Amino acid sequence: MSEEVTAEILTTHILELAQGGKRLDGRAVDEYRPVTIQFGYVASADGSALVRLGNTTVLSGIKLEPGKPFPDTPNAGVLTTNAELIPLSSPTFEPGPPHPRAIEVSRVVDRAIRAAEAVDLTGLCVTPGEKCWTCFVDIHVLDHSGNLIDASMLAAVSALSRATLPGKRFEIGEDAPLNIRHLPIETTFCRLGETIVVDPTFEEETAAQGRVTIATDEIGNVVAMQKGLVGAFAPEEVKQLVDRAFRHGDRLREQIRRGGGP
Amino acid sequence: MGSVGAKEVPQLIGPDGRRIDGRQLDELRPLRIVAGALHRADGSAFVEWGANKVMAAVYGPREVHPRHLQQNNKAIVQCRYNMAAFSVDERKRPGLDRRSQEISKVIAEAFESVIFAEEYPRTSIDIYIEVLQANAGTRCAGLVAASVALADAGIPMVDLLPAVAVGKIGGQIALDLRKEEDNFGEADLPMALVPQSGRLVLLQMEGHMNREELSRSLDLGVVGCRKIYDVMKQALRDRYSVTPAAPAPSVPTEAPA
Repeated sequence: MSEEVTAEILTTHILELAQGGKRLDGRAVDEYRPVTIQFGYVASADGSALVRLGNTTVLSGIKLEPGKPFPDTPNAGVLTTNAELIPLSSPTFEPGPPHPRAIEVSRVVDRAIRAAEAVDLTGLCVTPGEKCWTCFVDIHVLDHSGNLIDASMLAAVSALSRATLPGKRFEIGEDAPLNIRHLPIETTFCRLGETIVVDPTFEEETAAQGRVTIATDEIGNVVAMQKGLVGAFAPEEVKQLVDRAFRHGDRLREQIRRGGGP
Repeated sequence: MGSVGAKEVPQLIGPDGRRIDGRQLDELRPLRIVAGALHRADGSAFVEWGANKVMAAVYGPREVHPRHLQQNNKAIVQCRYNMAAFSVDERKRPGLDRRSQEISKVIAEAFESVIFAEEYPRTSIDIYIEVLQANAGTRCAGLVAASVALADAGIPMVDLLPAVAVGKIGGQIALDLRKEEDNFGEADLPMALVPQSGRLVLLQMEGHMNREELSRSLDLGVVGCRKIYDVMKQALRDRYSVTPAAPAPSVPTEAPA
């Protein structure tokens, strides 16, 4: 897979703008792109959401199927998160086995959903040690214009928040809403010189000197973090970013609860 | 491949001669096409056709990967048809299975038949088709989407490629099968037409039809393709007409029910 190519002159321009607290698309340093969420986009899924974050578009679909619990967690269902950076979404994505970049998105999203205990896994147990529900969270990146982690997380959590346990289809009781206990949200920042911007576009990501993602829940916990790309952040900077992450997280959670409109 | 729970063969044609969704035998499902639905691709299109939702993107002409596939006298045309794990009733394992690989191949060959590949030696024209929601006829929906995406990318072609599946259900020849008709019908015949020449560049068939039925199916398919062709051309006009100034479309959203 080739890397994103951004002209050096554009990179320099992005860094110079950032010095003065400005951004290429006219946003403020701590301004998120507009988000729209469309629930139930895919009728064949048990839950789905199409999320648009600026020009980035991500579709997530939930599928629930009967399975067997892991031996070490006989009383819990199974949760699997998979992100596909399909070659349709960017000139630099190629077909083939998952690139580390895709694996990182999957794992970062998966970790936050797990750590936040977003899905009530014990509620997915049917017969301890024998039968449980397996919850597949599949994330399809359709249009990559930067910040795939946040967009993927928004899509996954939005889809989970309105998902249905298809009891009837598999003759395991009645259909019921999937029990969601928490709403974790990821907020990603990039360093551009001494300025740290939220929700980077892909041009900003290629110019970035470090990226950090902070996942928060609605009751004041940071549930996961991930630093990526080449670069460094001071502890004091991270603390400030945590405050910013809660502000964005709370606002986006409210949007999910309200029904997805901007 | 029936859905879990669907155990008996439904009656595909009612006493009034209409199909399970109320269509006449020669009637298409509602078709909506949006040209230029993606931002990063050189060309793209979104197709909503009945309960199918299909996105296509075109990249290129661009450098060939892997290099040894490069041809000195023309562009190569590569296609990847893929279904999302959640696009079908029973979750599909992500990635290309044998069916997807075969469909990718016949779609690539269909487009190679109409693209002026010799204009772009040593390059690759890459077509990506993603089925987001499937309800029979996804290869045809993919072809239609990819055609509009190729035009959106400015790739010179003989013509657009409208495509549709004809089938035999309840003993009758019917246009544009939906899932139940595909699962429980007697035959399925997907085709893609070059409207200018009236020739087919994709043709597959599975099931049982006699000579007369096959002949009527081909005629019905051509009529269907010509209707689809009009919708494709309109989608490109909508995208590129100068007035009124339209904002660049995006992945289309539906009004909440």
